[in-house]
Amino acid sequence: MNILTYIETADGKLKKSALEILSYGAAIASQTGGQLTAIAIGDVQADELAKAGRYGAAKILHANDDKLKQYVGQAYATVVAEAAKNVQADVVVLSNSFSGKGMAPRIAVKLNAAMADGAVALPDTGNGFKVRKTAFSGKAFADVELTSKTKIVTLVPNSYKAVEQAAAGAVETFSPQINDGDFAVKVKEVVKASDKISLPEAEIVVSGGRGLKGPENWGMIEELASLLGAATACSKPVSDTNWRPHSEHVGQTGLAISPNLYIAIGISGAIQHLAGVSSSKTIVVINKDPEAPFFKAADYGIIGDAFEVVPKLIEEVKKFKAANS
Amino acid sequence: MKILVCISHVPDTTSKINFTDDKKSFVTQGIQYIINPSDEIALARALELTEKDGGTVTVINVGDNSTEATIRKALAIGATDAVRVNAAPRDAFFVAKQIAEYAGKNSFDMILCGRESIDYNGSQVPSMVAEMLSLPAVNSVKSLNVEGSTATLDREIEGGKEVVTCPLPCVVSATEGMAEPRIPNMRGIMSARTKPLTVIEPVTAENMQQIVSYDKPQPRTQVKLIDAANVAALVDALHNEAKVI
Ligand SMILES: Cc1cc2nc3c(=O)[nH]c(=O)nc-3n(C[C@H](O)[C@H](O)[C@H](O)COP(=O)(O)OP(=O)(O)OC[C@H]3O[C@@H](n4cnc5c(N)ncnc54)[C@H](O)[C@@H]3O)c2cc1C
Ligand SMILES: Nc1ncnc2c1ncn2[C@@H]1O[C@H](COP(=O)(O)O)[C@@H](O)[C@H]1O
Repeated sequence: MNILTYIETADGKLKKSALEILSYGAAIASQTGGQLTAIAIGDVQADELAKAGRYGAAKILHANDDKLKQYVGQAYATVVAEAAKNVQADVVVLSNSFSGKGMAPRIAVKLNAAMADGAVALPDTGNGFKVRKTAFSGKAFADVELTSKTKIVTLVPNSYKAVEQAAAGAVETFSPQINDGDFAVKVKEVVKASDKISLPEAEIVVSGGRGLKGPENWGMIEELASLLGAATACSKPVSDTNWRPHSEHVGQTGLAISPNLYIAIGISGAIQHLAGVSSSKTIVVINKDPEAPFFKAADYGIIGDAFEVVPKLIEEVKKFKAANS
Repeated sequence: MKILVCISHVPDTTSKINFTDDKKSFVTQGIQYIINPSDEIALARALELTEKDGGTVTVINVGDNSTEATIRKALAIGATDAVRVNAAPRDAFFVAKQIAEYAGKNSFDMILCGRESIDYNGSQVPSMVAEMLSLPAVNSVKSLNVEGSTATLDREIEGGKEVVTCPLPCVVSATEGMAEPRIPNMRGIMSARTKPLTVIEPVTAENMQQIVSYDKPQPRTQVKLIDAANVAALVDALHNEAKVI
């Protein structure tokens, strides 16, 4: 099968999730005897385009029209659909990110393709094309069979490991047809905490709940997160009361994440919270109530007062880092 | 303004999810159904906008007759009227096709959806509807304001937000922050009984996917408790045992 991956970039560089979908696309291509093409849109550094080759793309298309500098879902979807036709892609892979989720359904309609969103593993291509995806907000998985000729898959960040190879791909300029009608949405402003690690892509997440009593106590959460190179998250009541921004809210009605390590501090572990974090590989719970339901869903637990335990944990992580650097 | 709000009928967020022994279907017994949480937010904002500037709010659901209580709840919250497309939702493409078909014939200024349905979590329907109708769409919207024929929206992005403008008509999917969900009051509940709920038959749509089976995540092994006086043991375990730091 021929695979096309749309690789997202930030500030001209490939995102971590882009490396993951390249490796994922390369694996499907080699599993089925096809070729992987990547497409990047907008300003991307030349060495970053070349890097896509080392993660499995035989060919890297770069669409760099002036109009395409900023993400507009409708226009980007047109570009990717055109590229898919051009390289006769059987499967188009995108990240299950905000942008990916905006574009993929449009590409599916344009290519009359079935779509599996939120894939968490390589498809089974032995007999047909079956993909495992998340369902019921992390409470379950569904194996979905896609029977259309062309297929669209969006991959959950952190669910497939990026692997660098000793290979190179050819970079080509791609000049798609530009339809003015695709640019109805105009970006006025981007507000971003750029020094922060993106929550959906983070390998480690430190999360706080109502047990932390108030926004003034988040200093230690941020300190622990920055020591671990982690993103910060929170439970729903914490963002509902504006202690923390809504973009940090994880759970069934917030973001669903699957980091390698999730550290939950002062969070009770309600079913709606667990739904969004239960696919984390390792879960640590710090809670003063031994009966907190989160302990049943954790790998490691400390029963204790967060205001005593977290400062100690910060000290221990500092010691660990000093010893291991 | 004439607004169409798409509502899906989903298991309550506290539901324990179970499947039949052959893993092929979801066990609906004992499950309470609700309006999908982000659709409730979309509905609340649609009502705020029409209360301010005048207009109507129509809700649409693609579902069999078991969804009528959920639709009546949307009417009780304040929607003007409702449409049910009489078919069990097969997949996102099928649902989007039904909504696009209805919306295409009944010119709305805005089609408001939720960010994702909490059962199948596709985040697919809104953009598919937009593509089928050749409309612009803005997804995961935290703030929506309309001035004349232009909407200004805050869209969620990784680690922040983007402020965009979009001409009407358009498709918008709502997330936390756009509005506070509303609870129906007694008068709303009474009037919902007599508000129009039209049932229409589905158009055909190609079937391109099916669910082969469902599975639940592996339960975790028993938690390892670490003494609060010995936090160093946690760091050690995370490094040497779990190998995550
Ligand atoms: C429709 C719906 C959708 C929802 N969606 C979500 C969602 O997506 N995400 C989400 O998170 N929630 C969601 N919820 C809310 C959820 O049901 C819980 O109410 C919420 O997760 C509880 O947040 P919490 O654990 O921070 O607070 P609490 O339940 O108040 O728990 C606080 C915890 O902190 C502990 N604690 C207190 N003091 C200390 C201390 N000094 N040191 C250590 N521990 C301490 C307590 O023992 C307790 O376990 C949803 C609810 C509904 C109805
Ligand atoms: N069966 C349905 N009937 C009406 N609207 C729906 C239906 N399914 C999904 N939607 C709408 O599409 C949004 C996204 O759903 P999904 O693509 O399933 O995640 C929901 O929040 C609803 O607004």
